[in-house]
Amino acid sequence: MVDLTINTDVARQILTAFIRSEVMRVGYSRAVINLSGGLDSALSCVLAVEALGAENVLALRLPYRASSPDSLEHAQLLIDQLHIPSETIDITPMAEPLIQRDPSISNVRKGNILARMRMIVLYDKSEVFKGLPIGTSNKTEILLGYSTLWGDMASALNPIGDLYKTQVRQLARALGVPAPIIDKPPSADLWQGQTDENELGFTYDQVDKLLYLLVDQRYSPQECIAEGFDEKFVSTVIARVRRNQFKRMMPPIAKLSNRTIGYDFLYLRDWGT
Amino acid sequence: MKLNLALAQISTKLGDVEANLDKHLHYIQEAQKQKADLLVFPELSLTGYVLQDLVASVAHKPTEDDPIFKRLIEASRSLDLVVGFVDEDSRHRFYIASAYLSGGKVLHVHHKVYLPTYGLFDEGRFFAWGDSIRSFDTRFGRAGMLICEDFWHASPPYLLWLDGADLMLFSSASPGRGLNDREKLESARWVERVSKAYASMFTSFVAHCNRVGFEDGLLFWGGATVNDPNGELIAQGPYFEESLTVAELDLNQLRRTRARLPLLRDERTALVQKELNRILSRG
Repeated sequence: MVDLTINTDVARQILTAFIRSEVMRVGYSRAVINLSGGLDSALSCVLAVEALGAENVLALRLPYRASSPDSLEHAQLLIDQLHIPSETIDITPMAEPLIQRDPSISNVRKGNILARMRMIVLYDKSEVFKGLPIGTSNKTEILLGYSTLWGDMASALNPIGDLYKTQVRQLARALGVPAPIIDKPPSADLWQGQTDENELGFTYDQVDKLLYLLVDQRYSPQECIAEGFDEKFVSTVIARVRRNQFKRMMPPIAKLSNRTIGYDFLYLRDWGT
Repeated sequence: MKLNLALAQISTKLGDVEANLDKHLHYIQEAQKQKADLLVFPELSLTGYVLQDLVASVAHKPTEDDPIFKRLIEASRSLDLVVGFVDEDSRHRFYIASAYLSGGKVLHVHHKVYLPTYGLFDEGRFFAWGDSIRSFDTRFGRAGMLICEDFWHASPPYLLWLDGADLMLFSSASPGRGLNDREKLESARWVERVSKAYASMFTSFVAHCNRVGFEDGLLFWGGATVNDPNGELIAQGPYFEESLTVAELDLNQLRRTRARLPLLRDERTALVQKELNRILSRG
């Protein structure tokens, strides 16, 4: 029996302390966050507010013309609940000229463009508000590579990247994220009717348990199958994790000198702080 | 005889020895106000933990002519100190080290003998391995120091015990990990369990001082503990927060416990040696 239940008090204490420490030590006291209306950004936002104070967290709502109105509404629910400053910027006029250049553009390309437009706005507002961009990627999507490189993955620090999606839901519930956000099917909302679980072909509940055995508990694929997971499901997930390793790394630099960034020039980001 | 033992679970600035020295001096003053006789700092308390390529630039020698140690040695005239630092030997090998300072002198230096180089740890890549485990005499009796991974192995505390240590001083920079549905992280539960076990099995005082604060995404969990020779927890610091934990150790407890439970008297060291020789000589 795989049990992913976490102690939410401990998680809350660690993650808020993490945000406070990593923001303050580089001389900032504020944060900006893209609120999609979904679960992950809602949890990151609640944690940031608890860490830094409501007045120090700027929430951005960045709709596109095809975005579901629910997304905007749900983001607003959280903004109202937390009493945080917010801005709403329609990214349609920024994204559309690029999208319109190719009538045969695929949903994936469109989705990537929208995710990267939102990243541009996030980093621009980071400079205006003097706040660090807070990440909203969970462990499940990072492992599966279900995200856009330099898009929704871009942030200065990510408080929820070691929580599986089902754990994000558990913690969000404990921290009072509004029920409509917790209860709706997860979606990147890049096109109408899109849901994560339809697109991935399996549920978060299933894949989180499998990933927990493979990654956290170091089970072999055979051991996972013996635990009752479908053989094809196991091989699909392993292939996805491997294929997307590139999204989890900085681009490799070709080594020429005796000391090369990434290989033998080794310092933490917190160097000197 | 009573010993007022203070454990300073501090956060450090990564690679900024001057700033960390200031924090040491601050806590030394605090401990003095609370009438501490001995103050223990965590592993690498003068430097920070994930040093990587910073190792050579933060190394110091525990001598009076070192500008950092000069201040600490001076401070040890009023209370004994255990500080964590990077020691550089005369042939430029770098060690994770703890120094015991007392009465204006360096009484003992321990070099970490087990360098974890697995999982999130990479110490063996950057540091030299210590090669001795020795107890030493202090004004409170005989003591021994170990650093983090040293006491994940049973033999170093055992050797200190046989070498006469009645007071074991453990220091750590232990990153918190293993969150599940329980109230404590797995890493905290493990360390607390073994500290208690060593105190019980060796009928000795075991104090553990772990640091706090973040380095990138790693959170050091603090939670200093002192266990008495009965294996009873007599003091515990908070998790995750900087704090000074002070415990009064009644050193006469050693006599009372060992009169009841003569594990030290009955320890068959010759048998251990004989069997070790046999095991190790099997080609």
